[in-house]
Amino acid sequence: MADHPLVRPLRRPAAGTRAYGLVAGMWIRSALAYRASFLMMAAGNFAATALDFVAIYLMFRHVDALGGFTLPEVALLYGTTSTSFGLTDLVLGNMDRVGRRVRDGTMDTLLVRPVPVLAHVAADRFALHRLGRLGQGLLLLVWSLSRVDVHWTPVTVLLVPLMLLSGSLIFAAVFVAGGAFQFRAGDASEVQNAFTYGGTTLLQYPPTVFAQDLVRGVTFVVPLAFVNWLPALRLLGRDDPLGLPGWADFASPAVALACCALAGLAWRAGLRGYRSTGS
Amino acid sequence: MPTTPAGPPATEAPLIELDGVEKVFHVRRRTGLLRRERREVRAVDGLTFRVPRGEMVGYIGPNGAGKSTTVKMLTGILVPSAGRLRVAGTDPSRERERLARRIGVVFGQRTTLWWDLPLRDSYGLVRRMYRIPERRYRENLERCVELLDLAALLDVPVRQLSLGQRMRGDIAAALLHDPEVLYLDEPTIGLDVVSKAKVRNVLRDVNAERGTTVLLTTHDLTDIEQLCKRVMVIDHGRLVYDGGLDGLLTAGGGERTLVVDLEREFPPIEDVPGARVVRVEGPRQWLAFAAGGSAAPLVAAVAERYPLVDLSVREPAIEDVIARMYADRPAA
Repeated sequence: MADHPLVRPLRRPAAGTRAYGLVAGMWIRSALAYRASFLMMAAGNFAATALDFVAIYLMFRHVDALGGFTLPEVALLYGTTSTSFGLTDLVLGNMDRVGRRVRDGTMDTLLVRPVPVLAHVAADRFALHRLGRLGQGLLLLVWSLSRVDVHWTPVTVLLVPLMLLSGSLIFAAVFVAGGAFQFRAGDASEVQNAFTYGGTTLLQYPPTVFAQDLVRGVTFVVPLAFVNWLPALRLLGRDDPLGLPGWADFASPAVALACCALAGLAWRAGLRGYRSTGS
Repeated sequence: MPTTPAGPPATEAPLIELDGVEKVFHVRRRTGLLRRERREVRAVDGLTFRVPRGEMVGYIGPNGAGKSTTVKMLTGILVPSAGRLRVAGTDPSRERERLARRIGVVFGQRTTLWWDLPLRDSYGLVRRMYRIPERRYRENLERCVELLDLAALLDVPVRQLSLGQRMRGDIAAALLHDPEVLYLDEPTIGLDVVSKAKVRNVLRDVNAERGTTVLLTTHDLTDIEQLCKRVMVIDHGRLVYDGGLDGLLTAGGGERTLVVDLEREFPPIEDVPGARVVRVEGPRQWLAFAAGGSAAPLVAAVAERYPLVDLSVREPAIEDVIARMYADRPAA
């Protein structure tokens, strides 16, 4: 393989993507072999995750606004976080298996393969039926965008895909960092779930309904607020409850990239620790 | 750290080289409500050996001796705590992914195949993961299917296979990419006689036909007897024997037994040098002597002093020799 200095830094991501594609592709083919079963699981995933919104909808039968937000506005928050999270859950949802793999020793069987371990762990048992969550998120996002009152300019139009992508990357960082943590504490996947599944539930509601300290926590500690709260508030023309400067609404991509870099380092440290302790 | 021995003047560097390799695990144990005890466990303690290309080596030792740890270091899964380790000229832990293309690994206790997929799909994935040329893949698969009798199993998901079938499937998967070296960690554990024979067959075949270097850890000494000219015994992380199977009997303090039938009952024979009576049953007596020695002078000495009717010589059981070897070493 040619080792051009410009190509080298791309080799690992490329190798990882290829490996991911190979392994995930095989699971997709295997899932589609039982079409009825796949459709039922995807529908189940859709329905189970959509129940969250049903709860919100029922609340609005009794109130006109939640923390000052109307139903379409809450639906926008719900749709953006569900879409971002759904995408990440589809791609990296299996990261919560790291701890189990370390415990039962199957991590070793991945380490003898000529592919990056992260890609292999994430792709193994790829669950296509998780499209259900992504589907319901997208559906609500489209519905809410048609209902909310947004002043559409090139900037706000660009803000939507940027928000979804950054959100996915932030969740991805949480998944990977959680996986890294599981090398140390095999049963840490529940902690990770608190931030991933718990985080997305949090973000489905307007920040104004939560206590300030919690909002501060998900802004500065685990920066989940950058998934959708801050950019969506800009989209809806509202002030954020923490009174951050205006540029913070556009900081999501930078925050996302920083999170991914940190998560990457954490993963490497976790793997290195595993390989020198054998757990 | 021990200095590197000169090694055999081979034209080619050995495929596997270990020099003073150590692996220390830190085990934390809860000793009270909050107190924790940190203990060092030396799983591998100063291992030094070489394996030239094309050799088939048996690697044996009691449970917890450090066999699997060694294999994990050789495959690059674990990083040695100290010492120098080279496989095919590279450091496995640093070049793990690259080396993975050149080695095959079979863990007896767990499969490297994809649990829910039919064997055929697993093999297809291996082909693409290792970028095996299509023709080579088909040849290798055909050969494995024939030698390991897999034809009827190719479309069965791995989880439905019996242990023996699964193991055969795993070995085939490890051979598809023509590895230069094959590590097998207890490949015959729990297998029936037929499966064991098939596994041994295919190992013999790849070693002879492809020149694949094989390192085999096992508890089944029949594997070693049938496959390996060289055997390494590890105990408490140290190599306690490295050599031929015959030498193992001598080195382990093995004893052969001369069984003599005399004309009538005699008191235990005590006047024959180099032998001691271990059992007397009527006119029959059992005399133990060093496995390295010859039985001829012993027979002559007995015949000279006693009316000898019949005799036979019994070889020591290799299991006993190894069991004694383990027992002789004090626990760490």
